[in-house]
Amino acid sequence: MDVTKLTIKQLMDAMDAGELSSAEATRATLDRIKECEDLGAYVTVCEKEAMAAAERADKARAEGRRAPLLGVPVAVKDNICTEGVRTTCASRFLENYVPPYDAFVVKKLKEAGAVIVGKTNMDEFAMGSGSEYSAFYRVRNAIDPERVAGGSSGGSACAVASGQAFAALGSDTGGSIRQPASFNGATGLKPTYSAVSRNGLVAFASSLDQIGPIARTADDCRRVYNVIKGHDAGDSTSYAGDLDMGEHITSLKGRRIGIAKEFFPDALGGKVREAVEKAIKFYEDGGAEIVETSIGSFDMALACYYIISSAEASSNLSRYDGVKYGRRAEGCKTIDDVYYKSRTQFFGAEVKRRMMLGNFVLSSGYYDAFYLRASKARTLIKRDFEAALSDCDALICPTAPTTAYKSGSNAEDPAAAYLGDVFTVPVNIAGLPALSVKCGEDSDGLPIGMQLIGRQYCEETLLSLAEIYEKGAAK
Amino acid sequence: MSGFIPTIGLEVHCELKTETKLFCSCRNAFGSEPNTNTCPICSGHPGVLPVINRKAVEYTVKAGCAIGCRISRYSKWDRKNYFYPDLPKAWQTSQYDLPLCVGGEVKINVNGEEKTVRLNRIHLEEDAGKLVHGAGTTAVDYNRCGVPLMECVTEPDMHSADEAVAFLEELSAIFRYAGVSDCRMQEGSIRADVNLSLSRPGEPLGTRTETKNLNSFRSVRRAIEAEIRRQTELLERGEKVVQETRRFDDATGEGYGMRSKEDAQDYRYFPEPDLMPVVLGDEDVERIRASLPELASDRRRRYMSELGLAEYDARLITGDPAIADLFDGAVGAGANAKKAANYIMSEIMRKGKTAGEDGVVIGISGVQLAELIALVEKGDINLVSSRDVLDKIWMTAMTPSAAVSELGLKQNNDAGEIEKLVRDIIAANPGPAADFRKGNEKVLSFFVGQLMKATKGKTNPKIAGELVRKVLSE
Repeated sequence: MDVTKLTIKQLMDAMDAGELSSAEATRATLDRIKECEDLGAYVTVCEKEAMAAAERADKARAEGRRAPLLGVPVAVKDNICTEGVRTTCASRFLENYVPPYDAFVVKKLKEAGAVIVGKTNMDEFAMGSGSEYSAFYRVRNAIDPERVAGGSSGGSACAVASGQAFAALGSDTGGSIRQPASFNGATGLKPTYSAVSRNGLVAFASSLDQIGPIARTADDCRRVYNVIKGHDAGDSTSYAGDLDMGEHITSLKGRRIGIAKEFFPDALGGKVREAVEKAIKFYEDGGAEIVETSIGSFDMALACYYIISSAEASSNLSRYDGVKYGRRAEGCKTIDDVYYKSRTQFFGAEVKRRMMLGNFVLSSGYYDAFYLRASKARTLIKRDFEAALSDCDALICPTAPTTAYKSGSNAEDPAAAYLGDVFTVPVNIAGLPALSVKCGEDSDGLPIGMQLIGRQYCEETLLSLAEIYEKGAAK
Repeated sequence: MSGFIPTIGLEVHCELKTETKLFCSCRNAFGSEPNTNTCPICSGHPGVLPVINRKAVEYTVKAGCAIGCRISRYSKWDRKNYFYPDLPKAWQTSQYDLPLCVGGEVKINVNGEEKTVRLNRIHLEEDAGKLVHGAGTTAVDYNRCGVPLMECVTEPDMHSADEAVAFLEELSAIFRYAGVSDCRMQEGSIRADVNLSLSRPGEPLGTRTETKNLNSFRSVRRAIEAEIRRQTELLERGEKVVQETRRFDDATGEGYGMRSKEDAQDYRYFPEPDLMPVVLGDEDVERIRASLPELASDRRRRYMSELGLAEYDARLITGDPAIADLFDGAVGAGANAKKAANYIMSEIMRKGKTAGEDGVVIGISGVQLAELIALVEKGDINLVSSRDVLDKIWMTAMTPSAAVSELGLKQNNDAGEIEKLVRDIIAANPGPAADFRKGNEKVLSFFVGQLMKATKGKTNPKIAGELVRKVLSE
């Protein structure tokens, strides 16, 4: 038995039955991390802390105590603060930054008994779709190391897909959980905006960022999601109402699945289209009704996203100025020197590109034409999704237009990579939950993901629909 | 004769006296060791989020109610982005287009003439930290970061330094009475920016300049006077005033330009995504309005019409809510209003005055004051020994009569006993006694003085004076 390939449920059952200890599972995971070092999934591995946590979990279990993730080795994306463990955002700027506090979700993981094995690699400050923009080293695809892992949570997705963690936290601003999950054949859930506290998530675009799980099955995602979700008084945008508006679906009879035509453009590649259409057929065969619908504002989404996310990022990342923490350029004579040199030396090209874009769209004389219009587009996009979802349980579409591409293929044209986010960003703009689950492979054996988009706080609807697919399609 | 009329508008920043900061639970306190009232939130660590201090919103609404603003039922937060080492997040959370309070007015009285200064708005924002320069380096103290700050913007309704200062005094009094800010200039808890332009009567307003960050009423006055002089000279020479931001140097009494309109900062305001808008219901606003205490102007009117104080006295007593509260307390405990006012103005204010314009410290209660005045009235002590009693009971709960007995200050009012003492003193000073008989009245006070000296001030000076005259005239 390869311990590192178990699902969380299998691992928990084995530990509860006394067949396996958390220390053994954690040791196996750490060994696997060492074996897979070349994939670049981790920035920091917390071997000592993890083994200590595993032993504590074993002791608790022996005393008859139980917790939802007691003894389960998990990974945390390196833009989520961990007290005493450096949190770099894969940036030179924060290379040595050790947060003085735990993020809300990290506290929740620890309370649930999870064993945090390390911090996963990513695109610098979560800006990117390939995890090629890590300032340290790129993340490789778990299936084909010559290809990108997707991003920005590429490290989390790669770790989960290659047995270097049973589940991992990622963050999703425009697809950063779903797209790498899709590229590595994992399952990733971006929860409803406000369902999971952002307290301790290093902000990229505050109105779009959302933490969520990447795991090997929908059920594993559910287990992690149930631990991290919930109201946090420390996040003013956190939702205090009922987070369980979804249904646990067990039969597809009478269910309605929406297909928005904008998500299936003519240019959509054959293999991806084929796989998603096959999955739709699966739901139809199971008794679900397939409903044609439309998101008329779809074309605005990508521009809207890059304006709003860059605007917020330009402000959020201004705090990295070389004054308080993180790195400071050497040989600075004046305070302006400290700003210019530190920011020039320690930010990567993609981060600078987004900050310049963000500053531009907010600057006086341009605000109305860009930021304000994007805010209006956002209202329209929200409304369109609301209308489309009022009539069905979920929308289905591809997670990404392509499978994982060769590393470096966007080097000449950084904006080309933005097009890869076309199916995921509208969901962040609408603030809705969405999940990516594997629905096939292309001719190179690379995984294809389909995206299920649901109504606010209806994560369970998506998780159970994915679960039905995982079980049914395997037959 | 220049013939120019200055037009002045002010932006006044007042720190709110909440227990904690605007977005975190750090203490809002002046004078702590540097960087002791800080946390990851107010020092701008990665990943932190703000949570609004409801008390600060309430105080701002209260301030708005006190000056008749319209209270917004929906207001929101915006980020004002700029780099400066005292601003750890590199943006100030403020309110741009939807402030908490809109409109309102303050009545001022300058040289006996009543005027109205209109307000444009009051919004709530966070204060920045402080740079500490020294020994070739600069350090940052983040204690003040995130302290709640109200920014009150006036319409350009003032036309002289007197009016501007009168406005600031009145605004400070209102906020102190409302209990929302101490308005202590020396602690930087109230600061003002002055917008000023000159124009000839009937002509459109001239180009304005903004002098930033004046932190005493005196600097406001001097900065305005200096800027009027400077602009007048420019215009009289036929030159133009440049729209710019200026600083005023208190040491030299001169202003100097910091940056012109062309290099004005672009703050790239946008809605703060980490905070929800502030939504207030009518009942919230009414509850806050109902919690407003009686304000300075209302009290002044009451003191004049009901208690018969002169306007000057009423103004002095209401200058600080602590004094007015003491006055009300003493009158409530049975003191005569005019006597209480006189005693407060002559004795208490002298004793309680701390440095400068930042108000007074009051160390006795109204009940203590009423009793102290009664003791003087009854003749149990005289005015001079009442100061010793005041010292004794200051900042304690001791009653004045207990202090009188402890200090042994009870005044001798026994005419028979006093007469004996008077005779002894006159016998011991034959020279001055002879002078009196020659018609020199001044020696009367010499004898009273000798008597007070011999009895350590405990003799009733009025009875003593009468008896000296009587005995000398025998």
